[in-house]
Amino acid sequence: MLLIRCPWCGLRDETEFRYGGEAHIPYPADPESLTDEQWADFLFMRDNPKGTWAERWVHAAGCRRWFNAIRDTATHRMVATYRMDQERPV
Amino acid sequence: MTGARLESGGAWLDRSRPVRFSFDGRSVKGFAGDTVASALLAAGARGGFVSPILGRPRGIATAGVEEPNAFVEIAEPWFEPIRPATMVPVVDGMVVRSRAGVGVLPDDDIAPRPSQHTYRHVETLVIGAGDAGRAAAAAAAGRTLLIDEQPVVLDPPPGVDALAETTASGIYDDGYVVCYQRIGDADVIHHVRASRVVLAAGAHERPIAFAGNDRPGVMLASAALAYLERFGVLAGQRVVAFSTNHAGHDAAHALARAGAQVIVVDPSPTGGDATARLRAAGVDVRSNARVVATAGDPALRAVTIEGPDGGHETVDADVLAVSGGWNPVVQLARGIGVGLTYDEDKACFVHDGTGPAWLEVVGGAAGDVPASFPLWVVDAGDDAEKFVEPLRDQTVADVARAVDAGLTSSEHVKRATYIGTTIDQGRTSGVLTAEIVNQLLRWAPGAQGPSNARPPDTPIPFSALAGVDIGLLADPIRVTALHPWHEAHRAVYENVGQWKRPRYFPQGDEDMHAAVARETRTLRTSVGVLDASTLGKIEVTGPDAGMFLDRMYTNRMSNLAVGAIRYGFMLGLDGMVFDDGVAMRLAEDRYLVSTTTGGAAAVLDRFEEWLQCEWIDLRVYCTSVTEQWSVIAVGGPNARKVLTAAGTTVDLDNEAFPFMTFRDGAVAGVPARVCRVSFTGDLSYEVHVSPWHALHVWDAVMTAGAPFGITPYGTEAMHVLRAEKGFVIVGQDTDGTQTPDDLGMSWIVHTGKGDFIGKRSLVRPDTIRMDRKQLVGLLAEDPAFVLPEGTQLLAEAEIPAPPAHMLGWVTSSYWSEVFGRSIALALVERGRERRGATIHAELDGETRAVTVTDPVFFDPEGARRDG
Repeated sequence: MLLIRCPWCGLRDETEFRYGGEAHIPYPADPESLTDEQWADFLFMRDNPKGTWAERWVHAAGCRRWFNAIRDTATHRMVATYRMDQERPV
Repeated sequence: MTGARLESGGAWLDRSRPVRFSFDGRSVKGFAGDTVASALLAAGARGGFVSPILGRPRGIATAGVEEPNAFVEIAEPWFEPIRPATMVPVVDGMVVRSRAGVGVLPDDDIAPRPSQHTYRHVETLVIGAGDAGRAAAAAAAGRTLLIDEQPVVLDPPPGVDALAETTASGIYDDGYVVCYQRIGDADVIHHVRASRVVLAAGAHERPIAFAGNDRPGVMLASAALAYLERFGVLAGQRVVAFSTNHAGHDAAHALARAGAQVIVVDPSPTGGDATARLRAAGVDVRSNARVVATAGDPALRAVTIEGPDGGHETVDADVLAVSGGWNPVVQLARGIGVGLTYDEDKACFVHDGTGPAWLEVVGGAAGDVPASFPLWVVDAGDDAEKFVEPLRDQTVADVARAVDAGLTSSEHVKRATYIGTTIDQGRTSGVLTAEIVNQLLRWAPGAQGPSNARPPDTPIPFSALAGVDIGLLADPIRVTALHPWHEAHRAVYENVGQWKRPRYFPQGDEDMHAAVARETRTLRTSVGVLDASTLGKIEVTGPDAGMFLDRMYTNRMSNLAVGAIRYGFMLGLDGMVFDDGVAMRLAEDRYLVSTTTGGAAAVLDRFEEWLQCEWIDLRVYCTSVTEQWSVIAVGGPNARKVLTAAGTTVDLDNEAFPFMTFRDGAVAGVPARVCRVSFTGDLSYEVHVSPWHALHVWDAVMTAGAPFGITPYGTEAMHVLRAEKGFVIVGQDTDGTQTPDDLGMSWIVHTGKGDFIGKRSLVRPDTIRMDRKQLVGLLAEDPAFVLPEGTQLLAEAEIPAPPAHMLGWVTSSYWSEVFGRSIALALVERGRERRGATIHAELDGETRAVTVTDPVFFDPEGARRDG
């Protein structure tokens, strides 16, 4: 079970959190202007890298705040967590 | 003469406290500190157990968790279906029964062992309290926890928290270790988070596969030594030790010093220092020799030894102590990424140095084990008598059969033979099996290692994992403020999520059908009342609340007048219906939205996710108020009269208080919000009050309604009434693959208001396909027949050969009292085009004709909603 550093609450057990998929996929500014392919890409397509990637978590059984995290998918290591209004650190 | 208690010795024993327990109905004497196994050996027993598949006689083979033969059920003073006899400390009056590797649960309810969970945060956790573990604990700085699965931790270092009978079940990410502690008749699960984990679990001695190696009296040399040192029990008087390494030799030496006659059989050509040492002490050591057979009836009586010249000698023996080398106990660490490498000198697999930085492996677990002559199988005698996994009755012949079938990986052989899938987790069989496979394939020793190990490392009762989270604490029950009234009026409940909702209120000897018929009839002709408190309620506040709801719902909420109510859908990004409910505008910057009973938490989560992740500039706050409001829905043609009689300050006149608006005021003398919404199609008022006032208002409504024959009604009647109106229930008439248009509800989508969640998906090629399934009504040809929900629908009366093309399925189906016939809702391919057509419902290989209709059966003009 991972130890996850909530940007507001500090290190907490993974069981307090819920996973939210890949981060930094902004909702399109004007969905109507997208082709069906572009919209489908936004809706359904996600990366699946081996190594570090950015993902969303929510401290569901804690402060209920969403935040972003950089995690290494090969080692499970949580490289960094950061608030939604912060730049991706690495 | 066989095993016996010596006059002195036994580090774990308290000879001042004799105990007596029952084993298979026989009374056995022992001392406090004994295990069931040690007391049985002290009493001279060698067998007493049988194998699970072949029913072969078996005896105690080990002194620990690796035991593959001797299992007991504990019947008194608590119940446990199965434990290794080697791991059960005896208590006076205990009743145990032998079990053939499989526990049996009694028919009667049994009280689970009481269990609790604790959380510990330490600097260092040391797993295993042998020499290496104690040294690591003594050297550790900060808060240190030392655990050992055995009943005794001898000489724990000062300042260290030491727990005996505590086993690490699994090591997980970031130093999280689940530990299982037994305290007499109770269990504790420790959730340990450690900055540093030291694995000092030692090493397990390995058996050798020779013919007759499962006979009672054959045991590991380390076990014979453990019974001597811990319990003062000499397992046998005439001992043959079959040993490949100096630890096995030394164990034999200790047995000799304790008074046994000992012959050591050593397969290595000359032997090493230990051989010389034993010979100097006068012990008979046979180098370049091996055990090829055992005899007994069934417990061991004689051992046949093959000498260097190939000649056989049979000697009397009551114990055959086997030491085939040592396996470091690293199973626990393998799940967290620790790898193995083969050590030729020691003939075993050792930790290869990989793994997380916070994990350290020390002592025997780290490969600090004796060098060993590599011997896995004695190539004489019948392979079907050489047991590899006694607990699955699997032999060298069975492994060979798996390899002959083409399997080469120890993982595959495990699955073909079930070796290692046992209570003992393959502790004695894992490496042995891998090496037999290597040998059969003519691969080098160590070419592949044992199959992987997974938590739990040793069996843990489910009751321990559950802890106190059983019964009501496992799945809490939510009840409304009106529950005491429902209880007093014979409500039959339906579980909706965790809520208990009244399904119907039977009178006299009514069954559900009769009660629902009466409840629906009463509502349609006069008045009924429903506890609707479980509907999810969320307050959405802030200057941007209207803009936010416009983006979340298919229709426009920002132009809703204060005091007005609007029904809306929420869609997924994929355009499919996610939840429904009404929004009420309480003030310019304040809305109250309702959700389905089951969807409340998911809707709030979704609001938060969009507000926090996507539209972080919006000034909107969401608060769950589901339990802050009780909702009493008074419906039916006489609803206005009843509410008037109950007393209200709200002007109920149709002009003053039109449909889809709400008014704040008082009902029955208490503050209330009255909403004109209807899920039945008839005139209806939803009265929202504080839960503290709910029973009072409900009673007032019942009293006021009595002259009108008011009935309380439950969810079943509600379902019938709404289905008569063609109102969908999200999650019953939808399954996450329906757009609003599929439900015939395009009117709810306001495409002119700008973007909302799911809007773009409503024009995806798949969503605008012409052959999508659409919501329709169905009337069975036989009006008395109620179609089962889920019934599949066909175009043809004759069931075609598979794969038949199904048009859809029935989603809701009821007896409708108002129509005196059955009605149903269904999702049907091109359903709206088929209105008036006959299709066919398939049931148990037969079909029944049904007519496709509009889904609104009752009052399609909506004339009744105003009463």
